[in-house]
Amino acid sequence: MTDNSKIKKVSTHISQNEGLIFEKSSPGKKAYRLAPLDVPEVDEKQALGKIARENLGNLPEVSEIEIIRHFTRLSTWNYAVDHGMYPLGSCTMKYNARVNEVVSRLDGLAGAHPYQPEQISQGSLQVLKTLSEQLVEICGMDAITLQPAAGAHGELTGILLMRAYLESKGNPRKKVLIPDSAHGTNPATAAMAGYEVENLKSNAAGMVDLPSLEAQMNEDVAGLMLTNPSTIGVFEQQIGKIAEILHSKGGLLYMDGANMNALVGKARPGDFGVDVMHLNLHKTFSTPHGGGGPGSGPVAVKKILEPFLPTPVVVEKNGKLALEYNRPRSIGRVRMFYGNFGMHIRALAYIMANGPDGLRLTTEDAVLNANYIRKKLEGVFDLPYSTPSMHEVVFSDKLQAKNGIKTGDIAKRLIDYGFHPYTVSFPMIVHGALMIEPTESESKEELDQFIEAMKAVAEEAETNPELIKNAPYNTRVSRMDETGAARKPILRWKP
Amino acid sequence: MAYPAELKYTKEHEWIKIEGNTGTIGITDHAQNSLGDIVFVELPKVGSDITAGKSFGTVESVKAVSDLYAPMSGKIAEVNPELANAPEKVNTEPHSAWMVKVTLTNPAESSALLSAADYEKFVAEEQ
Repeated sequence: MTDNSKIKKVSTHISQNEGLIFEKSSPGKKAYRLAPLDVPEVDEKQALGKIARENLGNLPEVSEIEIIRHFTRLSTWNYAVDHGMYPLGSCTMKYNARVNEVVSRLDGLAGAHPYQPEQISQGSLQVLKTLSEQLVEICGMDAITLQPAAGAHGELTGILLMRAYLESKGNPRKKVLIPDSAHGTNPATAAMAGYEVENLKSNAAGMVDLPSLEAQMNEDVAGLMLTNPSTIGVFEQQIGKIAEILHSKGGLLYMDGANMNALVGKARPGDFGVDVMHLNLHKTFSTPHGGGGPGSGPVAVKKILEPFLPTPVVVEKNGKLALEYNRPRSIGRVRMFYGNFGMHIRALAYIMANGPDGLRLTTEDAVLNANYIRKKLEGVFDLPYSTPSMHEVVFSDKLQAKNGIKTGDIAKRLIDYGFHPYTVSFPMIVHGALMIEPTESESKEELDQFIEAMKAVAEEAETNPELIKNAPYNTRVSRMDETGAARKPILRWKP
Repeated sequence: MAYPAELKYTKEHEWIKIEGNTGTIGITDHAQNSLGDIVFVELPKVGSDITAGKSFGTVESVKAVSDLYAPMSGKIAEVNPELANAPEKVNTEPHSAWMVKVTLTNPAESSALLSAADYEKFVAEEQ
């Protein structure tokens, strides 16, 4: 049933079973041997008294090769961008270039300690300063903080900056407008920052509906959180006008930079009226994503918001770089130390390795790849918005739903063809969405394989829908009981 | 699944059964079908007020978390205790798995609600 001549990218392979590391434990086993004691032995129970800990808890005791095999086996169950295309729309799962890793492992950077004195941290401070300047230039903004640890953290920092600015003008205002196509983190952020969320409708082209915006914008509204290009991969063509409507009523324009990889080197948010925005270094600037993170979500601002930026900021004093903490109007620290510094190094390496022309080409390739997929799969899958695509394309499962096949089923079957699924059921404005983002990393050959796989699954949806409903077959475990897991979650392993 | 004629409906896909000054509220078959398998229903406390058109709770499915909108205003008189342990009832029997019973404070609001036939037409148009 799973044999299929159209599955070309993968074949089944012996895969080692592996339990939890705790299950491998046997008392006394260890992966080290200490040298003989060359100082007098001390009875810790006597020395520590009551606070000596008798029960060390349930720590696994295993040998070195067992540890190595444990994690190596688990790693072979994984799928990563280093295995193949990872078209998870909106997430920008691009290749993490090895040059980033080489640079971040340089002794002076890898060995730096956050508490070491400024005079011996000049190189690290220079990394922060240079990256800040380059990101500010790419975004067309005036200043930046590198502290936030990821996108949603950047959003919160950005909205708190807006709030601090509006408060300094006498009124923080009550509401934040958010389009119905937004990432769920946007309304969560606004609520966390103490704002009421007001939903803004999209028009038939999937863009902000200007009459609705004009009707909803007033002196109670702090601003608009807008993703541009939007989550359906469409550039907001009226962005200048949108900014004008907000500014005319004293509001601010926040840009969610999740899709900045479609703009780098081509258009600058600062030039089209954005006041504050975050970047996802783990998306646009090729630092590791997901479990391989951590993330990094710098927030760039226009001059009016600069006094409120989190402390510390890097400044130049007497020809030396220093960290400035004395900023009375700052919203305060949002992250320990200086943010996820390791990611700053990688992003800087990526920017400098590419240079301006390389970054521009990267953007062009990302858009080209998405449009190539769109063109090849148009008609095979329903395209709910005909507005030109940027870096990602959103189809719907309308044609397959007739046979009872939904976007989630197509995604599961795609796994059998050797691809990571696309993003399922998002954005919410598209019913049964298939959100595909190839990024610039993929060659035409890989894209063609993906397109052939998608076509083959669409054909199966016509000829053998039952096959798709129970997929995947070639994985270690087949279709999971997602509902059962959500209704009756088992959250802890117990011996 | 047919939409029972004795219920009134909203464009946000809730139903309400009006008996005297009590309204019993749930979500429609179309709503449960679009949401997919429901895993959690969050409802207000007995005694709290709800306002027509405003959110009074949330329903969480494997796909998404969605607001529940009050078809009419009133005070919560009863919350269906069954849904805490068996949210799947909303999937299997959407038009009888009620969520809250409300003492209605503005019965005139019912004039804004849809009949079963109108709601069915609305759903067909939306798709």
